[in-house]
Amino acid sequence: MSGNAYDIVKKARSSGRYTGIDFIKGIFNHFFELHGDRRFADDSAVIGGVAYLENMPVTVIAIEKGHNARERMQRLFGAPNPEGYRKALRLMKQAEKFARPVICFVDTSGAYCGIGAEERGQGLAIAENLCEMMTLKTPVISILIGEGGSGGALALSVADRVYMLENAVYSVISPEGCASILWKDSSKAADAAECLKLTAKDALRLGVIEDIISEDNMEQPEFFNGIKDMLINDIRRLGSIPTEAMLDERYNRFRAFGRSE
Amino acid sequence: MPILDFLYKPKNELEKGGRAVAPIQADANEPEKTCPNCHKAIPLSRIWANSNTCSCGYHFRMSARQRITFITDKGSFMEMFKEIKSGDPLGFDGYKQKLETVRAASNEEEAVICGSCTIGGTRCMLFVMEPNFMMGSMGSAVGERITRTFEYATEKGLPVVGFTVSGGARMQEGLISLMQMAKTSGAVKRHSDAGLFYLTVLTDPTTGGVTASFAMEGDIILAEPGATVGFAGARVIEQTTRKTLPKGFQKAEFLLEHGFADAITPRRSQKSLVSMLLKMHCGGDAT
Repeated sequence: MSGNAYDIVKKARSSGRYTGIDFIKGIFNHFFELHGDRRFADDSAVIGGVAYLENMPVTVIAIEKGHNARERMQRLFGAPNPEGYRKALRLMKQAEKFARPVICFVDTSGAYCGIGAEERGQGLAIAENLCEMMTLKTPVISILIGEGGSGGALALSVADRVYMLENAVYSVISPEGCASILWKDSSKAADAAECLKLTAKDALRLGVIEDIISEDNMEQPEFFNGIKDMLINDIRRLGSIPTEAMLDERYNRFRAFGRSE
Repeated sequence: MPILDFLYKPKNELEKGGRAVAPIQADANEPEKTCPNCHKAIPLSRIWANSNTCSCGYHFRMSARQRITFITDKGSFMEMFKEIKSGDPLGFDGYKQKLETVRAASNEEEAVICGSCTIGGTRCMLFVMEPNFMMGSMGSAVGERITRTFEYATEKGLPVVGFTVSGGARMQEGLISLMQMAKTSGAVKRHSDAGLFYLTVLTDPTTGGVTASFAMEGDIILAEPGATVGFAGARVIEQTTRKTLPKGFQKAEFLLEHGFADAITPRRSQKSLVSMLLKMHCGGDAT
């Protein structure tokens, strides 16, 4: 199977791919978008709101890359500023208050890299999400639909259940970044992609995700219906266990990585 | 008066603690180090006697062991979790050899040292990251040691003091490194929810996945003068945005100005300040 990790990276980044908005439209009804972090601004790289999953109210959050050049510019190519993470956290706390499950769609090359982002505490914004999501008293499910770029992706993926699409990637650093740091040569990105074990299969093997979502019938209605059924089943199961037990499970899910006895 | 000393003029009696420059007579043959700030050559013994700072106020990097000696009460530090070492979970090309080389060169097994100690008489858990071990990068062992430190502290009702220095998540452990951000944050959150005190001291440099997890999660966040602290690397930001970065970008002073640190604390006043803050949060009387 070796030699194809970078092909998957290219697929994960390809512009023809479904973005967050497509998943929201395909899976939920009556989505109503809620804007702003109530602190500073509204980040258009992150979309969030309330919707129905069948007949169950849920909170949906998605990192949105945009479909065409204009949208992509406007949405900063799906690279959230601190306000994006703070909006997401605001909506998650709201979901907790109203006992709504949270569903996140993750697709980012990473948190936005800029002067303003640093001035407004990009690191803190991510850190706060990691802390708060770990103890959010409502089920959280995250699906990586394209790129899962480092801390910027993890900040919406501290969940009870995490899934990846077949051609999504999840990585601590971009293959280009890794190659340029390790070998001072970003053209060796394909080699770095192999080393980083960033495909859905790798993530499943490492226990980072619960399952892989097949992209076989992506053009058919079954694709979104399949995800919808999966979400409903998960929420039903998570809803049937006491909150404290669910939170222990979530803690232990992440506690297990690199645990040595 | 040295320029930086003037800038960090003590604001109260406490901050004046131990500011005297040790009058050590240098031996003529003693090795020297040039200060990158004032460009003077300083004998190593004098740098050490001033907790690795130059008389101009410049803070040299400090190994974890040096820091432990200088911040803890004499003889109180008991190292814990040292048996936890990084494996090679991905079979990453060249990582095993790299670990061996770094272990031999740094004389440390991992990029963080944890344990229990007293500081100014208050018992606490302490973690200190090691710049000489892959620039304090966080892999599974660093994440595990820090997580255990917090879990132990939560169980025993102890505060945690942490000195951070890190280039971020360790890429050779890929997703397992990334997951350490969530794992450590979870442990910090449980410690916090138990009503316990956590103080971080950000030192040069603290970046990437460590900034975006336990470094910024302290109840009180102190930073060393001149320390670079940020999420994205300055060079990457410059390349991505094609903008010239403002002077002092991502320095401790920038953090303070933008509201992400409580105070800038020179090394010479760290022990007295940390001691006081620990006492204040752990039921001690003012002295």
